[in-house]
Amino acid sequence: MKEIYLDNNATTKVDDRVFEEMRPYFCELYGNPSSMHFFGGQVQKKVDEARGRVAALLGAMPDEIVFTACGTESDNAAIRSALEVFPEKRHVITSRVEHPAVLTQCRNLTKRGYRVTELNVDGDGQLDLKELAAAVDDDTAIVSLMYANNETGVVFPIEEAARIVKEKGALFHTDAVQAVGKIPLNMAQSGIDMLSLSGHKLHAPKGVGVLYVRRGTPFRPMLVGGHQERGRRAGTENTASIIAMGKACEVAQLHMDEESGRVRELRDRLQRELTALIPNTRINGGGTQRLPNTLSIAMEFVEGEGILLLLSEKGICASSGSACTSGSLEPSHVLRAMGVPFTCAHGSIRFSLSRFTTDAEIDAVIKELPPIISRLREMSPFGREFLAKK
Amino acid sequence: MWDYTDKVKEHFLNPRNVGEIADADAVGEVGSLACGDALKLFIKLDEKKERIVDAKFQTFGCGSAIASSSALTEMVKGKTLDEALGVTNQEIADFLGGLPEEKMHCSVMGQEALEVAIAKYRGVEAPKHGHDHVETEGEIVCKCFGLTDLFLKKVIASNKLHTAEQVTHFTKAGGACGGCIPKIKELIAEVMGEEKKVARERPTKLTNLKKMQLIQETLENEIRPQLWADGGDLELIDIDGPNVQVAFRKACAGCASSGYTAKFVEQKLREMVSDDIVVQEVQG
Repeated sequence: MKEIYLDNNATTKVDDRVFEEMRPYFCELYGNPSSMHFFGGQVQKKVDEARGRVAALLGAMPDEIVFTACGTESDNAAIRSALEVFPEKRHVITSRVEHPAVLTQCRNLTKRGYRVTELNVDGDGQLDLKELAAAVDDDTAIVSLMYANNETGVVFPIEEAARIVKEKGALFHTDAVQAVGKIPLNMAQSGIDMLSLSGHKLHAPKGVGVLYVRRGTPFRPMLVGGHQERGRRAGTENTASIIAMGKACEVAQLHMDEESGRVRELRDRLQRELTALIPNTRINGGGTQRLPNTLSIAMEFVEGEGILLLLSEKGICASSGSACTSGSLEPSHVLRAMGVPFTCAHGSIRFSLSRFTTDAEIDAVIKELPPIISRLREMSPFGREFLAKK
Repeated sequence: MWDYTDKVKEHFLNPRNVGEIADADAVGEVGSLACGDALKLFIKLDEKKERIVDAKFQTFGCGSAIASSSALTEMVKGKTLDEALGVTNQEIADFLGGLPEEKMHCSVMGQEALEVAIAKYRGVEAPKHGHDHVETEGEIVCKCFGLTDLFLKKVIASNKLHTAEQVTHFTKAGGACGGCIPKIKELIAEVMGEEKKVARERPTKLTNLKKMQLIQETLENEIRPQLWADGGDLELIDIDGPNVQVAFRKACAGCASSGYTAKFVEQKLREMVSDDIVVQEVQG
């Protein structure tokens, strides 16, 4: 069975052009970029080229790019650095809907005597900047807010947030793992101090990430013991993956218009047709700014895992905000923070598209999902009550 | 992805006995939309009202909840009510070739629905699970899912559960806010007859040598690992009566909050060794 892969916010296919670019750096050009000989030196040149390509996508300067092992590492490094830079400041601000890479770290800080403010979101998953402005004070070391939400695709007004935070003298970090490559970013005209991205959400391989650190931003490394990345991240470079990351950024730049054009149209068609064919649905984050590739659709009276298993039978790969799929017992913290009613939260499915998504794949979901939902509603006591009322 | 057995998958994809029985003799309902799973079970008895001739279900829940419901209805057909009451959640899981432990609560839900249905048919008070958010006998332990101590003790005993995590997997208790986990541990200790672990008592009288030894152990086992977690470290320089001199290393050295860290070290040593300990930071 050929997969219909609509789970690109979880991970993406490595682009063929990216894979070709990295391929020689395993068995042939395996030199250490730090070596004095020509063999390492030629790899150094490619790593520098990759740094330039990442910088170009972000509108940044090459020396502002620090390669890491993943988005989670970038998030951890950014927050830890800020706390070391401002040891006297004991307050951190984030939001209730962050990725665990940020949220768990912030919650752990409370055990070490830090004050942590988790900003609320409204029913659409959107921030209230007034709440941010009221929360940030002289004691705030860092504010970390995600650029776009992985579950709903909701895009936060990050530049406005950064401006508010900078006025108060705190550092501003954003987890842009879901945003990079999908919406244009320009660090040259931004107030963001640090920004995280991840290779495997961007058609590069797993195991490589980037932390953007604005020039002049004080920074303390998390990994020490080597001069790599100008002392900001010790450890021999993951050269093949870094080179892949550079290529992926270059390719993403080429496809940026496609994301906001063709991919968005596919997502909008999927949303339109599913809501027309399936009664009692709700689009999570539908009333605000969203990424062009993400659709989080809640279907009342059914449970997400059943939907995913039946979709999987048809080769369709999606994801769910339901509790049962994760082994936890509560629906996703994002949907709960948005106040999505329980009738919907358990039956929320996320489809996340990419530039590889085709019309035919969207057609397949439009054909397969409605009968799955009616079948599960037939089976559900609440679904039956609901159908009876109709 | 869950490692479901082929039998679970088969019962999920082709569930037996979905639907309702209009003239059912007994109906049992457990769970709710808020809980994330719910089961409504219909039972039809033979003319003598002895044996179950038909069973049907409606389930809102994950793959294993649907498979467990399907298995349950297959298992009780042909049984007398007493025989059906003897079906345990473990037998439901076994019928399916096993369930992931995190999903055992699905099999428990099947068993509960059966008990409720039969109790209602017999006109006796339905057994109290708390699962359906009814204030009942016993004390509510898990507020999030409304589960009572009586219900939890029953599940702990019948499935021989040893950890709070297992109790969560079987009943959901403690799976949301986690506030009741200490209480769940007490229930396990009570049911499984385990002696509560006696809190490590602080020795009352210490010789100097013993005290120095205890200070070193506490530094090694309790304090330094916590500092390492933040990239810091310390070194013990000297112990002079109650005065403990330490030098901070790595990230702790020159860290502006080292005063705070010194307080933490002192507090920990006082807790574990002796109340009169004073920690001094020295350059060494």
